[in-house]
Amino acid sequence: MQKEMAYSFPDEVLKHVFSFIQSDKDRNAVSLVCKSWYEIERWCRRKVFIGNCYAVSPRMVIRRFPEVRSIELKGKPHFADFNLVPDGWGGYVLQWIAEMAGAYPWLGEIRLKRMVVTDESLELIAKSFKNFKVLVLFSCEGFSTDGLAAIAASCKNLRELDLRESEVDDLSGHWLAQFPETCTSLVSLNISCLGSDEVSFSALERLVDRCPNLRSLQLNRAVTLDKIANILRRAPQLVDFGTGNYAAELQPDVFSNLAGAFSSCKELKSLSGFWDVVPAYLPALYSICPRLTSLNLSYATIQSPDLIKLVSHCPRLQRLLVLDYVEDSGLEELASSCKDLQELRVFPSDPFGVEPNVSLTEQGLVAVSLGCPKLQSVLYFCRRMSNAALVTIAQNCPNLTRFRLCIIEPKTPDYLTLDPLDAGFGAIVEHCKDLRRLSLSGLLTDHVFEYIGTYGKKLEMLSVAFAGDSDLGLHHVLSGCESLRKLEIRDCPFGDKALLANAAKLETMRSLWMSSCAVSFGACKLLGQKMPKLNVEVIDETEPPDSRPESYPVDKLYIYRSVAGPRFDMPPFVWSMDEAVKILH
Amino acid sequence: MQGGGGGSESGSMSTVSREDNMVMSSEDSSCPDESELELGLGLSLGGFKMHQVSRGGHYARILTAKDFPSVISASSSPSSSSSSSSSSSSSSSSSSSSSSSSSSLRRANVTAGTKRNADSVAAANSSSQVVGWPPIRAYRMNSMVNQAKNQATEGFNSTMENHKSETSTVEKGTTGISSYQNSGNAKLRKSLFVKVNMDGIPIGRKVDMNAHESYEKLAKTLEDMFLKTTPNVNPAGLRALKLGMMNKLTRSSKLLDGSSDFVLTYEDKEGDWMLVGDVPWKVFLSSVKRLRIMRTSEATGLAPRLHERNCQRQRSKHI
Repeated sequence: MQKEMAYSFPDEVLKHVFSFIQSDKDRNAVSLVCKSWYEIERWCRRKVFIGNCYAVSPRMVIRRFPEVRSIELKGKPHFADFNLVPDGWGGYVLQWIAEMAGAYPWLGEIRLKRMVVTDESLELIAKSFKNFKVLVLFSCEGFSTDGLAAIAASCKNLRELDLRESEVDDLSGHWLAQFPETCTSLVSLNISCLGSDEVSFSALERLVDRCPNLRSLQLNRAVTLDKIANILRRAPQLVDFGTGNYAAELQPDVFSNLAGAFSSCKELKSLSGFWDVVPAYLPALYSICPRLTSLNLSYATIQSPDLIKLVSHCPRLQRLLVLDYVEDSGLEELASSCKDLQELRVFPSDPFGVEPNVSLTEQGLVAVSLGCPKLQSVLYFCRRMSNAALVTIAQNCPNLTRFRLCIIEPKTPDYLTLDPLDAGFGAIVEHCKDLRRLSLSGLLTDHVFEYIGTYGKKLEMLSVAFAGDSDLGLHHVLSGCESLRKLEIRDCPFGDKALLANAAKLETMRSLWMSSCAVSFGACKLLGQKMPKLNVEVIDETEPPDSRPESYPVDKLYIYRSVAGPRFDMPPFVWSMDEAVKILH
Repeated sequence: MQGGGGGSESGSMSTVSREDNMVMSSEDSSCPDESELELGLGLSLGGFKMHQVSRGGHYARILTAKDFPSVISASSSPSSSSSSSSSSSSSSSSSSSSSSSSSSLRRANVTAGTKRNADSVAAANSSSQVVGWPPIRAYRMNSMVNQAKNQATEGFNSTMENHKSETSTVEKGTTGISSYQNSGNAKLRKSLFVKVNMDGIPIGRKVDMNAHESYEKLAKTLEDMFLKTTPNVNPAGLRALKLGMMNKLTRSSKLLDGSSDFVLTYEDKEGDWMLVGDVPWKVFLSSVKRLRIMRTSEATGLAPRLHERNCQRQRSKHI
């Protein structure tokens, strides 16, 4: 009797308690306790994250979680960013929108990454969800400003419209004017990806004027420098601002107007944009630099001295994105000025040049690792590296969670010893115990994978290119990295053995991508046959894989776990190993 | 979903590992001795053999189609384009010549969605020959490309037009950006992607017009994209279609001369649909908005066929 009472809380109480539990992981754990908790939890889950839109079907999501208000979906594999996934591969959101339109009338937030979004989808969103608040299209494509016009016109309480890095068919800038005069709710607007030369600037100004809660605004390149001051004066409450192009003939009145406008933004902490920078206008930023925590200058083609000057004004900087024009000298200055730095990304200005065009080497990164103890996240493009430098970096920054190094020439060895860089990356995984993401480059043998398998226990995402000697390398990773969720490999001599020996592992991961490796068609078929909970997809744009011998390697392979079975929207150049098996029988 | 469906997922995992008889190893997740691993992975799949390269200190060798003895070497073998057996040593020797000869190739590599056939032309001796390497997002590439163009047109650097990456007269700040373009030939070009749809195929593709220099090249790419692969994912029809496909493979560029069942048409800036091939290539580039591979039977009312026009011209010449 007493036992029963102790365990039976009214549902309302449990529901109330669960409402404090936001993280997906915790919610999933809650749902496993017992049947009644599963039931209660699923009715009150409001937010769903689906890391692979093909892992589950819309119907299944709706069936389990009937009252969702916010959904996040990711489509194409990460390597699509580098043109390794052919156009038309998939990732269409329309079906999701269509099914949710009926099931979730109160859906308020849609966040998509690497998905194909058509104008039809946008129009459907605009029509179906009366309480629509947030639309984030990160690196999406397939839509035009017509679709945006529909969103602007219909979504009366729109808070966020973020199109970062998406490919938009920019038909006209007039879609901005579709925001009704009654729309005052915007908090975040990111149109930085739009190419149009005729952004309706007056519509933009009026919009900014009437949205007092606007905190984040990223303009597109078409907005000229002289217009910035007007915008900023209308939105001094901005926290995050992206300029358009930052170039104009130096005129004292324009400069002082701009400087004044910036200084009136007392909350401004983050800046980006900066296309076509004229360095003479950078001092206009000096008044806000002391408050800046994030600075994205990765499109700014300014030289090291100008960068140094700017950065030295920003002692609170936590995040810096920059081109390699910063050079080692600039990074040394960064290391001495910005002790709070947590994230650094250095992009190449001349990625296809054979000789280095700037003096940026491993020394810059070493300097930052020495000077910035809080460094957690690194993305670094350079042309040479040494094991010694990597070991130093690893020892200086044991708190690294993301380390992505791209030595531009594939298979470049340690420039001092000509050894592979196994030991260097080994030190990274050994010392950085919380490392979640790692991208490798340079000359690497199977040894590096042995280190990764041994030490990379928290590693969730690994990107490998032009590395390894044999299946042993892949086997080390698949058998050793307990937390691995995403593995993407290109141009490595990994074949069937490791894959088949670790087939079960693949069901514990979100996805595996292998292109230009040595996995045979036969192995793919076997995997597809034996592992019903995996979708094994072969991508080949030249001819069907079964027109060649089974031992022939496949061009590209994408394997992901799914409870939805093989998908139905595959283009002609994607072959599901489920179907292939059926055909040949 | 993140974290998966919880209980059901972990249950299925143990089921799978029990019935995984085809998986040789009883390996647990700890890292066993290397030699044991060798034995454990002695799985062979129907005669498939793999080269084991000696480890330690040697350059890794990537397997190519040549390593598979039973394979007929195909001209479009997938891995040949990306195999790079040497790295920095050969790239430095002919940097300037390779940059100019491979300029169009870099163009092809930089842009999205272009055919790997273009890669097979390249000598594999530098990172610029490889698709998707270095790993820079297409968005960033496009931005840098546009930036270089803007700088040129705004006169920040008047020598951009005939730029080579080693030119010292060019201001350092703009030197690098131009390599996002094809720095060899140095005509500043950004990608020009247009959508292509083919009648009967629901899913369209995109093609970079600037990666092609002529109608013939464009037609070849489109044929590779649309006519060589089966247009129908119906598994039952796959075999039959494969046979039908073999016939198509033997034909050469037919989209332009009117002998195929399909014709290539385009929509121009005024919204009119025209047959491809009538105007000079450059003029075409400046007016094309999108492409459609149309059934010949539907292509009535368009400008007269190219060969008919040619016949007319011939006739008028003789008059």
